[in-house]
Amino acid sequence: MSLRLKLKPKTEQKIIQVILYSFTSIAVLVLVFILVVILKNGLPQLSLEFLTRNPVDMGREGGILSTIVATIFLTLIALLVATPLGVGTAIFLTEYTTESWITRVIRFGAECLAGIPSIIFGLFGFILFVNKLKFGWSMLSGGLTLAFMVLPTIIRTSEEAIKAVPEAYRLVSFSLGSTRWQMVTRVVLPSALPGIVTGIILSVGRSIGETAAVIFTAGSALRLPTSVFSSARTMSVHFYIMAKEGISMPKAYGTAAVLVISILLINVTTYYLMEKYIRRKK
Amino acid sequence: MSGTKNVIEVRDLNVYYGKFQALRSINLDIQANRITALIGPSGCGKSTFLRALNRMNDLIEGCRTEGQVLFEGKNIYDPETDLLELRRRVGMVFQRPNPFPLSVAENITYGLRVHGITDREYLEEKLYRSLQAVNLWDELKDRLYENALKLTGEQQQRLCIARLLAVEPEVVLMDEPCSALDPVATARIEDLMYELKKDYTIVIVTHNMQQAARVSDYTGYFLLGDLVEFGETHQIFTSPRDKRTEDYITGRFG
Repeated sequence: MSLRLKLKPKTEQKIIQVILYSFTSIAVLVLVFILVVILKNGLPQLSLEFLTRNPVDMGREGGILSTIVATIFLTLIALLVATPLGVGTAIFLTEYTTESWITRVIRFGAECLAGIPSIIFGLFGFILFVNKLKFGWSMLSGGLTLAFMVLPTIIRTSEEAIKAVPEAYRLVSFSLGSTRWQMVTRVVLPSALPGIVTGIILSVGRSIGETAAVIFTAGSALRLPTSVFSSARTMSVHFYIMAKEGISMPKAYGTAAVLVISILLINVTTYYLMEKYIRRKK
Repeated sequence: MSGTKNVIEVRDLNVYYGKFQALRSINLDIQANRITALIGPSGCGKSTFLRALNRMNDLIEGCRTEGQVLFEGKNIYDPETDLLELRRRVGMVFQRPNPFPLSVAENITYGLRVHGITDREYLEEKLYRSLQAVNLWDELKDRLYENALKLTGEQQQRLCIARLLAVEPEVVLMDEPCSALDPVATARIEDLMYELKKDYTIVIVTHNMQQAARVSDYTGYFLLGDLVEFGETHQIFTSPRDKRTEDYITGRFG
């Protein structure tokens, strides 16, 4: 009994190749399609004015400066909170405990956190940060909410990166009389850095693109934010409101183009920097 | 050979991995400025014994140690032992060359830095002396800031020895330091060991009996967790007292 088709191995190989090749192409085509649509509609909108002026008349006129500023700060707050928490957790799980039911529960908890829909995070942030802690609709509430949303990613990627550091480095460090913390900070983290940064970049992407969780927690004020307690509208939220309420489709596309280009730029530069860093280490 | 003073005295040492007893009641003295070789088949406990001398076994989960290891007269298994200081004074060279993925210079100064030394001049002096001691200075003086992973296997192993010497240990434990090297490199590392014993006490674990015979002053033969025989190397290799030692060194098994 065999499901093997009666084909010559060569023909079979050819067919499989064609099928797999088309699968791969579909993934790439979707990306190309998105980029083409966004850039074709968005690029004509881009100008220095669009980037340096605040929105006027609900966004019908003017630029998107305040939303760019809001996006940057919200993402920064999220990273400043999530990176130490996430990397710290990863260090704890890999270097300061041994595998036990506790570590498994922590890991499982982090995985579950990763699977929670972002709108639920929005609700959580709304209840905890906006209401309970009285931060109001603010960049702080939004940033903290995003931090908890990306935390699992940072924990997971950091943990994988730290685990990949050869055990020999740890043994040598101990054998020379280093403390555990010295071993972690001087040997393990530098070696794991590229992996950890990859996790942070993924988180930047998710933070910049997040909409649901942000509307609930940072609000959608169009003014240029003046402090972490200002309500602010990120680019993604701006795009969502402009498109959904039909305020201005061209401006919405312009915003989307800026969003997509920034994410691409961030990815390209960090991978370039990491590549350089890794080459220096080899 | 006339004896020198004992640097390490092992008394009734038992080591367990969980329920498995890896070493049984070991008694052994290690003399200063001598090379002591530990031989025996795989899994006989010789590496476990080596790691017991600077408490590297502490890092292995489920490992339990009983008995005493006296280093300069003090039991290193006393609760008040300064573990970091102990490991500085009783250093270790591993089986595979394992430099950190850092520059040659950073590798050498790593141990000094973790012990809080930051004086630039002192670090540079140490860098020079340590590389000089393992005969690497001339080869590497122009490559000090190159990544150590670019060196050859032998250079890497020398570098690892230099990295250890930089922290001024008194005892150097070597766990099959030549097993990843070719015969020529092995011979040169053996020459180095010979030079080093002027200043250091060396304990080497080796699978290679010719190596033990060539370099060591004393040899201990381990079998299944027991120290079967310990004595001067030429005596062990020419007239072993125990039948099991004789079987092993004549190649009847192992």
